Amino acid sequence: MSITAEEAGRLSQTQSTTASALRLGNRLGMSNLWFAFVALLLGLPMGLYQVAERSGYFPWLESSHVYFASTSTHGVLMAYVLTTFFMMGYGYHSMAHSLKIKTWSPLFSWAGFYLAVFGTALAAVMLLTGKASVMYTFYPPEMADPLFYIGAVLLVVGSWFWCIDMIAGMTQWKKQNPGKPVPLVMFGTTINALLWMWTSAGVAIEALFQLIPVSLGLKETLDPGMARTLFSWTLHAIVYVWLIPAYIAMYTLVPKLAGGKLFSDEFARIAFVMLFIFSVPIGFHHLYMDPQQAAGWKLLHMLGTFMVAVPTFLTGFTVLASLEIASRLRGGKGIFGWMLGLDWKEPMVVAGMLAMFMLTFGGFGGLINASYSLNAMIHNTQWVTGHFHLIFGGTTVIMYLAVAYWIWPKITGRQLHSKAMAVWQLWLWFIGMLVLTLPWHYIGLLWYPRRVSSTPYEHVGVVAQWGIYELMMVVGGIILVVSGVMFIYNLIRTHTNKIAEPDMTVSYAEAIHPPLKVPNILNSLSFWNWAMAAYMLISYGYPLLQFFFIGTHGAVPFGI
Amino acid sequence: MHVDPLEKKWLYVVGGIVAFTIAVQVYYAAAKGIHPPSNVQTIDSAKLHLSKEFAENNLGVHKNTDGSLDVTMVAARYGFYPQEIEVPIDTPVRLRIASLDVLHGLLVPYSNLNLMVVPGYISEANTTFTKLGEFPMICNEYCGIGHDYMYARVRVVPKNN
Ligand code: HEM
Ligand SMILES: [Cu+2]
Ligand SMILES: [Cu+2]
Repeated sequence: MSITAEEAGRLSQTQSTTASALRLGNRLGMSNLWFAFVALLLGLPMGLYQVAERSGYFPWLESSHVYFASTSTHGVLMAYVLTTFFMMGYGYHSMAHSLKIKTWSPLFSWAGFYLAVFGTALAAVMLLTGKASVMYTFYPPEMADPLFYIGAVLLVVGSWFWCIDMIAGMTQWKKQNPGKPVPLVMFGTTINALLWMWTSAGVAIEALFQLIPVSLGLKETLDPGMARTLFSWTLHAIVYVWLIPAYIAMYTLVPKLAGGKLFSDEFARIAFVMLFIFSVPIGFHHLYMDPQQAAGWKLLHMLGTFMVAVPTFLTGFTVLASLEIASRLRGGKGIFGWMLGLDWKEPMVVAGMLAMFMLTFGGFGGLINASYSLNAMIHNTQWVTGHFHLIFGGTTVIMYLAVAYWIWPKITGRQLHSKAMAVWQLWLWFIGMLVLTLPWHYIGLLWYPRRVSSTPYEHVGVVAQWGIYELMMVVGGIILVVSGVMFIYNLIRTHTNKIAEPDMTVSYAEAIHPPLKVPNILNSLSFWNWAMAAYMLISYGYPLLQFFFIGTHGAVPFGI
Repeated sequence: MHVDPLEKKWLYVVGGIVAFTIAVQVYYAAAKGIHPPSNVQTIDSAKLHLSKEFAENNLGVHKNTDGSLDVTMVAARYGFYPQEIEVPIDTPVRLRIASLDVLHGLLVPYSNLNLMVVPGYISEANTTFTKLGEFPMICNEYCGIGHDYMYARVRVVPKNN
C-alpha cells in the first residue's frame, strides 16, 4: 500500500496541528497550575499562624488585626485562587490531550489567565494591607476597599474565559465526531465549566449590584438579607466546583495508574450530571439559621442537599470498585485484603485511597451540616471549619497534589524528582489533616465559635475545655506546612531533573465496558442547562423576588 | 446502558439512606414543629431606638401570663444588650433580637440557641434552658476587629427564685 503525496501532506498537517494543540494545552496548563500551587504554598503558613495565634499558648503572636487580615487572605487564596487556577490548568491540559484540539483562540485563553492573575494581585494588595479583612465570604454591610471586590470580580471574569474555551472545545469536537461519546475527562471538565458559570452568577450579581456600588459610594445602602441569599447561591455549588476536578482524576487517572480499569463509564457520567443539577439550587442550607427566608424554602433546599449526596455515594463505589479490580489483577486477595495488594508506591493510588478515607469521615459530617434540625448544633462553630478542611483541604486538595505529580513529568518531559518523596508527602498531608481536623470538629461540638482570634470569655468552664485540642491542631498545622514545602520542592526539582520522562503519552483510564455510544442525554449539556434554569427558578425565584415587596430597609455600610 | 448487579444493590442502599434521612427530618418538621429560626420580619436597623419593641427601656426579660418568657435584645458592635440576662431553668423562652449595625450571630453553650442576626430583620427563636449556671452568649459571626469581645452573660437560675 502506498499513500499519495497529497495524503502524506494532509497527515503531517494534522500531526502538526495536534502537536501545536498539545503544546498550547501544556503551556496554559503549566502557567495556571504553578499559580495555583504558589497560592497554596503562601496560604499554608497563614493557616498555621491562625491556629497558633488563637490558641493562647503564644501570647507574643496575638493581634486581632493581623489575625483577621490573615484569615481573609488564607480563605481567598485557598478557596478562590488555588481552586480556580487549578481547575483552569487541569482543564486546559485535559482538553488538549483528550480532544487533541486547540482552544478557539489562544490569545483569548491567555487573556483570561492574565485577567485572573491581575484580579488576584489587586485583591491581594487590599488583603495584605488590611483593607479587606471581611473574610472570603464578604458578608456586608461590613465593607472592604472597592478594589478588593473589583479584583475578585476580575478573577471570576477571567475564569469565565476558561469556561467558554471548554464549552466551545466540546461543541467543536462533537461536530467533528458525530455520535461518538465525548471522552469522560472532557465531559466532566465541561460540566464543571458550565457549573462554574451558574455558580458564580450569584456572587457576581451581589458584587455588581450591591458590593461595588456601595463600596464606591454610588449607592447608600444595601439589603444584607438579599446579599446573603445571593451568596448562598454560590456558596454551596462552589465546593462542588472545587471537588469535580478531584473526581475527574479519581475516575480517569486513579484506575489507570493503579493498573486497572474504570468500573463504569456511564455511572461516572450520571454522577457528573447529578452533581451539576443538584449543587446550585440548594444553597439555603447555609441560611438555615437566618431570619430572611421562610422555613418552607429551607426545607425544599434540604431535599436537594440530600440528593447531592447521591453522586458522591456513586463515586465512592465506582472508584473503590476500580481500585479493587486493579489490585486483584496484581494478585490482591480478600474482602479487605485487596487494599494491601494495591501499588502503594504510586502517588495517584495513595492519594486516591486516602482521599476516599477522608471523604467517608467528611461525608458523615456533611450529613449533619445538611440537616434542617441538627444544623443548630454546629452552625458557625469550629465544627464547620474542621469539616471543610477535612473534605476540601483533605480529600480535594490531596487529589490536586496527585494530579500535579502525574502532570509535571508529562508537561516538562523530565521524570518526577522523587516518587518516594511524593508518597511520603501525601501520607504526611493525610496525617496532618487528621491531626488538625479531628480535634477541630470536637471543639466545635464544645461551642467554640467560628472566626475568632481569641476567646476572652470569662466562663472558665466552657473555655478551659478547648486548650489541649488547640495544641493538637497546631501540631497538625506544622505537619501540613512541612508536607506542603516537600510538595513544592519536588515540583521545582522536577523542572531541572536530568533524567527524561520515559513515558510521555497522556492517556486516561479505559472503562471495563468502553462506551461505544451513550444516550444523548449523557453526551450533551443543553438539556441539563435548561433543567438547571427551571430548578433555579423554583428554588431562588420567589426567595429573591420577595425582597422587592416585603418592605426591606437598606443597611448602611460599616468599616471593619 | 450497562448496570452491574452489585451496582444495582448499591443504588438501593443509597436510595434507602437518602430517603430515610429526609423522612426523619420532614417528620420532625411536620409533626413536632421543629424548624430553624425563620420568621421573615423586617425592621429598620438605623431606627431601632424609635421602634417600640427594641427601644432601650424595653429590652430584657418579660414575663408572660402563662409563665413563659419573652427576651428582647439588641446586638451591636461589640456586645449584646442587655449584657446580662437571668432566666429560670426549664421555662419556655422566646428570644427576639435585632442588629443595630452589621451581621452578628449568637450561640449559648449547653443550649440549642444558635442563630444569625441580620441587619434589617428581626431574628426569633424559641428555647428552654435546662442547665443551671452562668454561660456566655457568644457572637459567632465575624462582625469586625472587636468580634472576639462580643459576648453577654446568661444566668440560668432555679425556678422560683
Ligand atoms: C496548615 C494547614 C492549615 C491550617 C492550620 C489552617 C487553619 C485555618 C484556620 C485557623 C482558619 C480559620 C477558621 C475560623 O475560625 O473560621 C482557616 C480558615 C480557612 N481555611 Fe485553612 N488551614 C490550613 C490549610 C487549609 C487548606 C489546605 C485549605 C484549602 C485548600 C484551607 C482553606 C480554608 C478556608 C477556605 C478557610 C475559611 C476562612 C474563613 O472562614 O473565612 N485551609 N484555616
Ligand atoms: Cu453547602
Ligand atoms: Cu461578632
